[in-house]
Amino acid sequence: MDDDRIFKALADPTRRHLLDRLFERDGRTLTELESELEMTRFGVMKHLRVLEDAGLVITRREGREKLHYLNPVPIRLVHDRWIDKYTEHRVAALANLKHELEETA
Amino acid sequence: MTTMTAQATQMYQVFIKATPEQIWDAITKPEFTEKYFYGSRAKVTRESYLSVDGEGHDLVKGTVFEHDPPTRLVHGWRALYDPETAAEDESRVTWEIEAQDGGYSKLTVVHDRLEGAPKTATSVAGGWPYVLSGLKTLLETGAPLAG
Repeated sequence: MDDDRIFKALADPTRRHLLDRLFERDGRTLTELESELEMTRFGVMKHLRVLEDAGLVITRREGREKLHYLNPVPIRLVHDRWIDKYTEHRVAALANLKHELEETA
Repeated sequence: MTTMTAQATQMYQVFIKATPEQIWDAITKPEFTEKYFYGSRAKVTRESYLSVDGEGHDLVKGTVFEHDPPTRLVHGWRALYDPETAAEDESRVTWEIEAQDGGYSKLTVVHDRLEGAPKTATSVAGGWPYVLSGLKTLLETGAPLAG
């Protein structure tokens, strides 16, 4: 919904690290995520909040626990809006070149 | 390089400038799904969820557990498009639609009970972001995603 928030959230190495940890295995608690980072609980919470505001992390309550899930959809939207647009022609040109070279080989 | 380990519970969320009713129709009517869901036509009744390809072959099939338009749809998911995924246990998909301020709705898709369906889990982990991005584009612009 808000590109600025997504780019801002991704512009920090700790937050990208948190996304990578969730990509490996998500549905994790704050305590689990905190144990893998050299950072205070408060610091991790702050970063998770930025990721949540950008829609990159979703939380669900399960019993007494709050679980954090990676939401890859905003990254896909950025890809469709900002990457595809600029790379489509070049990738197509390279694919054509490869095809032609292999035809004549 | 990090390898893809598909999760047994997967969550996806997207904000769409559309009413819950429009989103419900886009999920449950074949003339909409074929524009963003890999060309598949979904037929959803109170009892069953079935999506088929252009030639009428079954792609995904499941029992409908909850059917509460326009806010909640829960159904089974057996991926029949590949013999390996078709042989796995049935998983479950929950669609939740909540109206938001400013004419937006929040769509959350939870694909869970994938413990007995690791190949399906890998397959859908790549698919859901593409499908939901396409659904948003379709409802907000009226046009399917290029490519």
